Amino acid sequence: MRLILREVFLAFRRAPLLSTLSATTIAFSLFVFGLFGLVTVNLQRAIGDVAERVEVVAYIRKGTPLETVTLGLSDIEAIPQVESATHITEAEALQRARRDLREFQDIFQDLEVNPLPASIEVRLRPEFRTADAASQVAGMLRAMNFVEDVRFGQDWVEKLDRLRAIAGAVGFVVGAAFALVAVIIIGTTIRMAVLQRSREISIMRLVGATDGFIRLPFLLEGLLKGVLGGCLALAMSYGAWALIDSYLIPAAFFTRTQSLIGICAGGLLGLLGSMVSVGRHLKDV
Amino acid sequence: MIKFTDVTKEYPKTGYALQHVSFHVKKGEFAFLTGHSGAGKSTALKLTYLDERPTSGEVRVSGFSTSRLSGRDIPMLRRRLGIIFQDFRLLEDRTAEENVAFALEVTGSRRSQIGPRVMRVLTQVGLAGKAHQYPRELSGGEQQRVAIARALVNDPVVLLADEPTGNLDERATRGIFQLLRDINASGTAVLMATHDLDLVRSMPGVHLIELQHGKVVYDSAEDAAAAAAT
Repeated sequence: MRLILREVFLAFRRAPLLSTLSATTIAFSLFVFGLFGLVTVNLQRAIGDVAERVEVVAYIRKGTPLETVTLGLSDIEAIPQVESATHITEAEALQRARRDLREFQDIFQDLEVNPLPASIEVRLRPEFRTADAASQVAGMLRAMNFVEDVRFGQDWVEKLDRLRAIAGAVGFVVGAAFALVAVIIIGTTIRMAVLQRSREISIMRLVGATDGFIRLPFLLEGLLKGVLGGCLALAMSYGAWALIDSYLIPAAFFTRTQSLIGICAGGLLGLLGSMVSVGRHLKDV
Repeated sequence: MIKFTDVTKEYPKTGYALQHVSFHVKKGEFAFLTGHSGAGKSTALKLTYLDERPTSGEVRVSGFSTSRLSGRDIPMLRRRLGIIFQDFRLLEDRTAEENVAFALEVTGSRRSQIGPRVMRVLTQVGLAGKAHQYPRELSGGEQQRVAIARALVNDPVVLLADEPTGNLDERATRGIFQLLRDINASGTAVLMATHDLDLVRSMPGVHLIELQHGKVVYDSAEDAAAAAAT
């Protein structure tokens, strides 16, 4: 193992330019992927923020006793798709209307009778903030006899669903394309490093080194370059994010876990690239 | 030690390199494999150290048979062989000592053994004083000596030499050839491919196998056996 580690270190020392170039190439290809990741993360976050507003409102029949509403409220909260349910009394509805709809303030001030019905605002769990789930919950609410009407803005929830589907599909296709490009670039870079040492490999084979022994330093080297490239790509993504966040639009950066996954992905790509290149080369020699 | 039995090697693009080749190099023997360029000498050596496998027939080397040897066993076979080439095949970024030590390191020898063994073979080839020099600082003959030292360091039973003097001047050629004879005298079999007939003639009575267009056209051992029978 000591010899293998020494060989890995020597490989970096003997060809510093090629090693730096390959780590930088890996870094740039991962950086492009990282930028795309940042766009995806922020797009998802924006969609998530909009999805937060998906709620189902059940308007309560006038004159429904409070006990019936309270019982109904706990029934609604027991529905699996429901995160929370809040009872808004008629007075609270009016107060909110006065506060939120300032342009109609005069009309609300002059009212003798409160025309606004009491309601139950139902928030759905994040995974159920879709048109289908909202419609399903609306159906259940409609079946309750104290409920007069149910609204959930079907149109815009359906639009949100479509937006989510498009973002998901584009994200997958473009992400897969970027990942493929990164794999090809990294594979080629590592193959160059392997070819540069083809003489050494052929000599190792001639003197009786096993394929495993020959392969291991290259795999470690690929892993190391991948991790280094991943760290560099993360640093560059952070720089790009800081610029965008300061001068263009407020944006979110990767979480610590996502950053770690990115670095590990770099390492894994480096390892896979080496495996393929060395495997192919060992067959060639 | 090395036994070719009805060996044929055919390449898909270039056709037959060897056809029905049979010969036997015995333990401790010095044998020449001669013939013009393209006669099949290098192919025969490649089959011996299993860089290639025969299309048909069997090659037996030091107890290993090509027909039964798995890919995993090939390194074990090569550790019992020493191989040298016309182009030396040294690592340019390592000293003579490091080049020789490399053969021991990659085969998992103990660190404590490597230094003394490397010095022993470098002394044997007459290069103890140049152990710390890089290949580019050595002459062609000296580089071939380093390659021989690397081939010897694992105490091989056979030394395979593919045109080892092809890149050397006459003086260096004589030196290398004498070194190979000394190695053979100490018990290591040598199979040397060469097209230098002067070199072959300088060693009368040695086992000579001549190839032409991939076929054995002369084998002095068979000749001697036939003469003994009559």
